[in-house]
Amino acid sequence: MDYEICIGLETHVQVKTRTKVFCACPTEFGAEPNSNVCPVCLGYPGSLPVINEEAIRKTVLAGMLVEAKIARYSKFDRKNYFYPDMPKNYQISQYDLPLVIGGTVEYDFGVVDKKRLGETKVCHLTRIHLEEDVGKNSHFERTSGVDFNRAGTPLMEIVSEPDLSSSDEAFAYLTALKEILIYGGISDCDMEKGQVRCDVNISVRPRGQKELGQKVEIKNMNTFSGVRHAVDYEAQRQIETLRRGGKLVQETRRWDDVAGVTESMRTKEHAHDYRYFPEPDLLPVSLSEEWLAEVRKLVPELPSAKRKRMVERYGIPPYDAGVLSADAALADYFEAAAKVVKNPKSVANWICNDLLRDLAEAKLAIGQSPVKPPHIAELVDLVDSGKISSKMAKDVFVEMFKTGKAPAAIVAEKGWVQVSDTGAIGKFCDEVIAANPKIVADFKAGKEVALNALTGQVMKLSKGKANPAAVRDALRGKLTG
Amino acid sequence: MKRRGHADNFLESVHCFRFTCPLMSPDQQTPKIDVPYLAQLARISLNAEQVEKFGAQLQQIVAYVEKLKEVNVEGIEPTAHATPITNVFRPDEPRTPGDPAPFLKNAPQQANNLFVVPKIVE
Amino acid sequence: MSLNKLTIHELLPRLAKKEIAAADLARDVAAQIEAVDGRLHAFLEWDREELLAAARGVDEQRARGEALGPLAGIPIGIKDVLNVKGHSCRCGSKILQGYVAPYDATVIAKLRAAGAIPFGRLNMDEFAMGSSTENSAFGVTRNPWDLERIPGGSSGGSAAAVAAGEAPATLGSDTGGSIRQPASLCGVVGLKPTYGRVSRFGLVAFASSLDQIGPFAKDVTDAALVLGAISGRDPNDSTSVPEPVPDYTKALTGDVKGMKLGLPKEYFISGMDKEVETSVRAAVDKLASLGAEIVEISLPHSDYGLAVYYIIATAEASANLARFDGVRYGSRAKDAKDPLDMYGRTRGAGFGPEVTRRIILGTYVLSSGYYDAYYLRAQKVRTLIRRDFMEAFKKCDAIVTPTTPSAAFKIGEKAEDPLTMYLSDIFTVNVNLAGICGVSVPCGFTNLPELPIGLQILGKPFGEETILRVAHAYEQVTDWHKRRPVILEEQPELPMSE
Repeated sequence: MDYEICIGLETHVQVKTRTKVFCACPTEFGAEPNSNVCPVCLGYPGSLPVINEEAIRKTVLAGMLVEAKIARYSKFDRKNYFYPDMPKNYQISQYDLPLVIGGTVEYDFGVVDKKRLGETKVCHLTRIHLEEDVGKNSHFERTSGVDFNRAGTPLMEIVSEPDLSSSDEAFAYLTALKEILIYGGISDCDMEKGQVRCDVNISVRPRGQKELGQKVEIKNMNTFSGVRHAVDYEAQRQIETLRRGGKLVQETRRWDDVAGVTESMRTKEHAHDYRYFPEPDLLPVSLSEEWLAEVRKLVPELPSAKRKRMVERYGIPPYDAGVLSADAALADYFEAAAKVVKNPKSVANWICNDLLRDLAEAKLAIGQSPVKPPHIAELVDLVDSGKISSKMAKDVFVEMFKTGKAPAAIVAEKGWVQVSDTGAIGKFCDEVIAANPKIVADFKAGKEVALNALTGQVMKLSKGKANPAAVRDALRGKLTG
Repeated sequence: MKRRGHADNFLESVHCFRFTCPLMSPDQQTPKIDVPYLAQLARISLNAEQVEKFGAQLQQIVAYVEKLKEVNVEGIEPTAHATPITNVFRPDEPRTPGDPAPFLKNAPQQANNLFVVPKIVE
Repeated sequence: MSLNKLTIHELLPRLAKKEIAAADLARDVAAQIEAVDGRLHAFLEWDREELLAAARGVDEQRARGEALGPLAGIPIGIKDVLNVKGHSCRCGSKILQGYVAPYDATVIAKLRAAGAIPFGRLNMDEFAMGSSTENSAFGVTRNPWDLERIPGGSSGGSAAAVAAGEAPATLGSDTGGSIRQPASLCGVVGLKPTYGRVSRFGLVAFASSLDQIGPFAKDVTDAALVLGAISGRDPNDSTSVPEPVPDYTKALTGDVKGMKLGLPKEYFISGMDKEVETSVRAAVDKLASLGAEIVEISLPHSDYGLAVYYIIATAEASANLARFDGVRYGSRAKDAKDPLDMYGRTRGAGFGPEVTRRIILGTYVLSSGYYDAYYLRAQKVRTLIRRDFMEAFKKCDAIVTPTTPSAAFKIGEKAEDPLTMYLSDIFTVNVNLAGICGVSVPCGFTNLPELPIGLQILGKPFGEETILRVAHAYEQVTDWHKRRPVILEEQPELPMSE
């Protein structure tokens, strides 16, 4: 029996706002425990929530980025359950009228296999809603400690349809989703800071069957590679269970990264009856066309669209487009230079090979680069026009990065102009020919490679400034004349 | 004596109910309330005596509120809020930092700036 | 004349003219509390030194010629359900033992801004759930008119304190009648503002869509003064409405000529206490004699209010009280072996029976399979109840009803039977469900024993000026509000302070 896998992902993403979703406490990471708290996010008696407009805006923006429907009328609900990290023992969330409905995420298999770059697929979304995050538990020998700094941070829950059918697809989807959210300034998606968590819903069914199989939930995954491994393991576990004739139960499992297995979580007494009801302390959200139009202005060009356009417009390979579009600022940098040269591919090369390497070493962001886009453009033009050789250009670049000066200025300063003047080259050639009779004889005898040696000598003599192509031509001319 | 649920006014309806049907039998219209299950959901420990006493009292109250079934609510929207306003927002501006000490001081148990609870076993 | 016997509007000009000092008033208030509260038990806590120091502060400001707020120097007693920074806020419950409020409720900040002196913790039914103050974990408050009887609830302490001259005014909260009913039973004025008129920030929530904070006072003018000080939109409370706050005292013209007063036929029925009915009808006649036109109206869904209330209020309360779990504040059960054990025993020991009952009921009506039949249906019937009022207000300016079906009952008389106790609220709950405003004013007394009877005047949303006008006009031509309970008569006149 052949089985197929159905995966749906619920991704919780911390929204990038300065303050929490229902109170004005700062959302900064790493503060002293329980210092970014107030009566509201601590669930103190008498406290009341007030909606952070920016959290709504960013959630709506996310909806626009995935081309979803934005609900004109939306509201909040109480999701009731007890846990020590829950300040009120209910979470303010959205139940039946979320802010965003539907949507699609296009993902590229290139992130799992470079050879498949350009092969894309679409995953549909069910909805996106806004809710508040809970506190953070730490565990000790006999007690646990709760830090409520994180409680109340705005959380976007992005629910996908069970469209994903492999761990590769899940990984690629998550990567694409993360890229979109970073691009839109909606979240930094910093996994180390726990800004993205994922619940995996996975089931298997005989190939061709329409009904979904028994669903198992794997909760609280916080790395994409973890998701990949967990999906692989769990899918296998489910298939093997069914093949053995066993039954699968609806349950919640946890991924043990060390052991490489999913294990059943000790099911708390009763399945959760969350007793959702409309949040009486918050008024509904009714979004006007004007308000939405303002948000639409914030929608950037999405990475996948940008990549396609770069390939088409500048003729650069998809791989380079991928590297350059990873970061909105980098993409802008590239285009600023590429727009003004005839050779955008060269611009791409300089950035991908040299600039990014140097920036990484110096721990600088593209915005802090001492080399500016017009400098790259100028450098490309200098090489293409023959004014400097590509070898010289490498040295010029080093100076550009060190000093922040424009290449033309550096070249002038250092006198690194490529010598293409036939007269000067001719003089060098004559000198080298005179000094190397044996190599000349080898060339005349038919050994092409001898020309390389002579060219090398001319280059040395000219202190690397001679135009190598011109040198070869001149030598050939003199020796075969 | 008027039938329960058919009193002329609400004063009478409760009186009626109290004196003609003091104890609601579980198999009549109202389902039996599972007090232990609800106490579990609400995280309140009850002893057997309380379960029984509250059970009987609640059964009566629930039988009373069954009268709402008489009302024709076809096409009626539920009242979510008394006031018909929407979009009450706050700007994304941080408050002036305050003193977190009073919050931790209220904790029944705290250590190293954390609220301490008995160990949570996932 | 002991200053604690005067109304706020009598005190303010004397304070302004420096005929009396705020410290004098504070001393008389303190003396009265010391004289009677031992028997009354309205106050759970109060700090004499803090009260006197605050009063002295006002006097010093006045001496320096500083600008003072409209209620400068007036002590206002506070129901134990409102956060006052640095003070306990137990809500009549054991579960909040040890809790110290780290912030002021908005109404407290507003009172301070007005120059008033919020003080003391007034007794109440636990978490505002009750109609007699018998559900307080710290003992019942006694009705100043008859110490064997309840003062009403849940704001029993707040009502009794004003009736007994222990404070010129107090604040209470009203979810299903918890200001109006005790006001009626204690013979004082109690007002529940329109939902959203007064900020709930800092009010420990019982039922979020029904709760409002309001004043108890000796007369309508005082109630208007306090209402004006605490009203207004609050950015910390999303449900507070940006309706401008008028000078409510300007509504007290004494003139009701031509006003239409609606009498809902559903509220005047057989089965009501005869003396209550007689007093209320006499009050209506009195208003008619002042020129008001009495119209019969119908509020057809009145009968369902109690049922709707006990579904919605308990549902919201079951969620609002979930936060009392021993983790962040309040009491915690000892030696809990895990969080589950901690929750169960903390809440089992910390909550009284009425609170427990209501949480269980609220959990039930929200639970899977029952939500549609109970909670959703109740919210729909609530729409109908509100509609009844809105329709009625097209035919009249204000609605007049009895506040309670009977006068104060004896302590212990109804304590064992929750459903019978709930009956005390039948004339008041629909007002909260509809979100409209209502005031109770004294309109008579039962014979033997002499117990107060209240008249309830209801207004449409943000119609406080209308109901205050009607209440004040009635008050001007009667003496009920000037009567004082026996407990006060037994005290000798206190000498004027130096």
